[in-house]
Amino acid sequence: MNRTDALNVVKESIAQVIPDADLATLGPDEAFRDALEMDSLDFLTYIEILGERTGMRIDDEDTPQLTTLSGSADFLVAHGR
Amino acid sequence: MNAVATEGTKTTYREAMREALREALRSDDRVFLMGEDVGRYGGCFGVSLGLLEEFGPDRVRDTPLSESAFVGAGIGAALAGMRPVVEIMTVNFSLLALDQLLNNAATLLHMSGGQLPVPLVIRMTTGAGRQLAAQHSHSLEGFYAHIPGIRVLAPATLEDARHMLAPALADPDPVVVFEHGSLYNASGELLPPTAPVDLDHAAIRRPGTDISLITYGGSLPKARAAADELAAEGIDAEVIDLRTLRPLDGATVTASVARTHRAVIVDEAWRTGSLAAEVSARIAEESFYDLDAPVERVCSAEVPIPYARQLEEAALPQTADIVAAAHRAVD
Amino acid sequence: MGEFTMPSLGADMDEGTLVEWLVGPGDLIRRGDPVAVIETAKSTIEVECFESGAMGRLLVEPGTTVPVGTPLALIEPAAEGRGEPERARKAQGKPQAPPAPEHARPARTSKPSPARTPVPSGGRDRGHVGAGPLIRRLAEQSGVDLTALDGSGPAGRVTRADIERAAAATTAARPSRIRATPLARRRAAELGVDLSAVTGTGKDSAIRAEDVSKAASGHAAAPPPPRRTTAAVRASHPPEDQASGMRQVIARLMTRANRDIPHYYLSTTVDMATAMDWLHDHNRRSPMSERLLPAALLLKAAALAAHEVPELNGFWTDDRFAAAQDIHLGVAVSLRGGGLVAPALHRADTLGLPELMTALKDLVSRARTGRLRGSEVSDATITVTHLGDQGVETVFGVIHPPQVALVGFGRVVDRPCAVDGLLGVRPVVTATLSADHRATDGAVGARYLTTLDRLLQNPEKL
Repeated sequence: MNRTDALNVVKESIAQVIPDADLATLGPDEAFRDALEMDSLDFLTYIEILGERTGMRIDDEDTPQLTTLSGSADFLVAHGR
Repeated sequence: MNAVATEGTKTTYREAMREALREALRSDDRVFLMGEDVGRYGGCFGVSLGLLEEFGPDRVRDTPLSESAFVGAGIGAALAGMRPVVEIMTVNFSLLALDQLLNNAATLLHMSGGQLPVPLVIRMTTGAGRQLAAQHSHSLEGFYAHIPGIRVLAPATLEDARHMLAPALADPDPVVVFEHGSLYNASGELLPPTAPVDLDHAAIRRPGTDISLITYGGSLPKARAAADELAAEGIDAEVIDLRTLRPLDGATVTASVARTHRAVIVDEAWRTGSLAAEVSARIAEESFYDLDAPVERVCSAEVPIPYARQLEEAALPQTADIVAAAHRAVD
Repeated sequence: MGEFTMPSLGADMDEGTLVEWLVGPGDLIRRGDPVAVIETAKSTIEVECFESGAMGRLLVEPGTTVPVGTPLALIEPAAEGRGEPERARKAQGKPQAPPAPEHARPARTSKPSPARTPVPSGGRDRGHVGAGPLIRRLAEQSGVDLTALDGSGPAGRVTRADIERAAAATTAARPSRIRATPLARRRAAELGVDLSAVTGTGKDSAIRAEDVSKAASGHAAAPPPPRRTTAAVRASHPPEDQASGMRQVIARLMTRANRDIPHYYLSTTVDMATAMDWLHDHNRRSPMSERLLPAALLLKAAALAAHEVPELNGFWTDDRFAAAQDIHLGVAVSLRGGGLVAPALHRADTLGLPELMTALKDLVSRARTGRLRGSEVSDATITVTHLGDQGVETVFGVIHPPQVALVGFGRVVDRPCAVDGLLGVRPVVTATLSADHRATDGAVGARYLTTLDRLLQNPEKL
């Protein structure tokens, strides 16, 4: 998966969790949990959706890398087949 | 045999019963004991051994072989203000006195508009397992638990054997006490009572989370043994001792099934129309939405209890049967 | 003939707006099925009906606001296997078979109408049926409507063969009964699981409670099924109205709480090292969809502790405390547009952790999309607020009347603490209790927090 695809998957997954999220104003390195008022349950759902869509297993210790748009996309690119 | 059992010492069920009688005879002049062979012979099962020597023939009275006559005499004495304890040799023979109990003792308070209480205690041996064959071995507790107006007790532990008699004598209604013959030799440490025995509630003898084994009287040790076997297989069984068969404590059963979602009822009586059937019906009424498996019953084979040892063992509920029933419900 | 009325969904509700009908006239409904969406000042709620039967006339249009107690629709007794109310009316005066019990499932699928034989001819007086007592009894037993039959016997008499044919047609149209234990059915209804999609592992493939829980944790991640709306238009207030309405409700309730309830507050710090290790280990070994959050452990421990200290689980009403039979754990959920609801996780003490996690995800997502059920809004017996996600360490909350206790959890944070005489760094959480001093005293509250701590030290037993 290339980075553009990865970024799209990330954004779509976030939109699935928070349907009215305004992703246009979100910076690539901004911590989106605070910006979008995501609680731990929402974040867990986001991780689950990412895992489902990419077929990757994402463990608890990976999640700190997944708190920004670019961090999430980088992770998917690095771990994708 | 004459050793006075005191609390905190090692004792047997038989001695605990005797000590309860001794305490009752000592503490209240109105109490007397009567029945076949309770005096000079010391009781058919040795419960009243030594009481005749201690209290004399007015307080410990041998009777002729007529259950109807001496139970009727007990009812009369209770009406006249005494506190009789009547011993019937076995539950099979108690049927000869059923008319006195059902038509007189259980009805008089009701028919006299509350003026004639019958504070009588009737003790009898019940149950099988000792090769006494078809006329001395049945379990008819359910017959008595069917009768409104009386209280029915089934002490299954040393504590209950020792401490149920006093509240039974204090009860203004007739009380029938069933002593399972296989329990008399049960021995152990009798602990001092933490509170007065409460005759209205069942006891959780072993807490558990996976299945409720509901039983009373002589089947309690078998249910406990089954729970130990199940525990070794990773099944955590709760063991409930009903203790009081009338009035039945449904709330404890309901609460247990709400926790475990499965129930096995162990009752040495014949399955059809047994107390196990009543408990099963109540579970269906009260706990329907808590059940995760059909209710199981482990009862005696519907035959007169056989004399031959192997046949008798095969006819009665055994630990292995209880374990198998629990597996049917859990697996 | 019953009525479905505007329910009261909280102490402060005096009117509600019907937003949407989830069923239409003639649909078979069972007690507990959601039948309508009602909007209150506080939130939008799916309301269940309290009796089984067939939906009759709908009396209120979507978009209408009416006082509590106003009839919204008629509910007719349903004849077995048929969903046509006009037939049910014709058959009045004859004994009706009760609706066939089928698995708990919202009655939103349209009923197949059974093929009837033969086709009735017009013109005959339908009120009179040429049939003797045997035929009437057979019809009653097999749930066949005699008035809907044309007899093939002499003078149009209904014969036994006619009944058998009609009964066979009715049976064929009915879904076959699913083998499931009563507990499994109850749990399926609570978790919204369709039993027809569950594989049973019990005797003769009966579905057991465990099978339902497994199915629930598997399907939780799936998107909710599309809704069939009878009303095309969804009436709704503009969002700012909604928020201010909700603020007013919260304001009234919290004012009442602070005015009437003498709160006392207790706090304790719980060492979470064992619990967090167990949680990470569990998550490492589990599929992604079965992962747990610390919140699941905290909620389960709060529910179990309420089971052990029942004095805090119930209601203060009429100057006395009434203990609740079950533990329905209210979970405070903040809504994205502002505002707060605290719907109930039913019987939280009996849920395994995976089930509880599934139920929590489902409850929070429905709270935020305005899809709570009436029973969830009003059933809570003790409430938990968990503000750890906002980064605070301690929360002393206000009790939700008429409950008598509110449990608060902050964030799980690493703190230096004394461990076996040495200084160590451990994850800890501050657990607090706000309790009603009319119902309990500090000793009871202290016992609750101590119990909570003990339970959290054995996470494998939660």
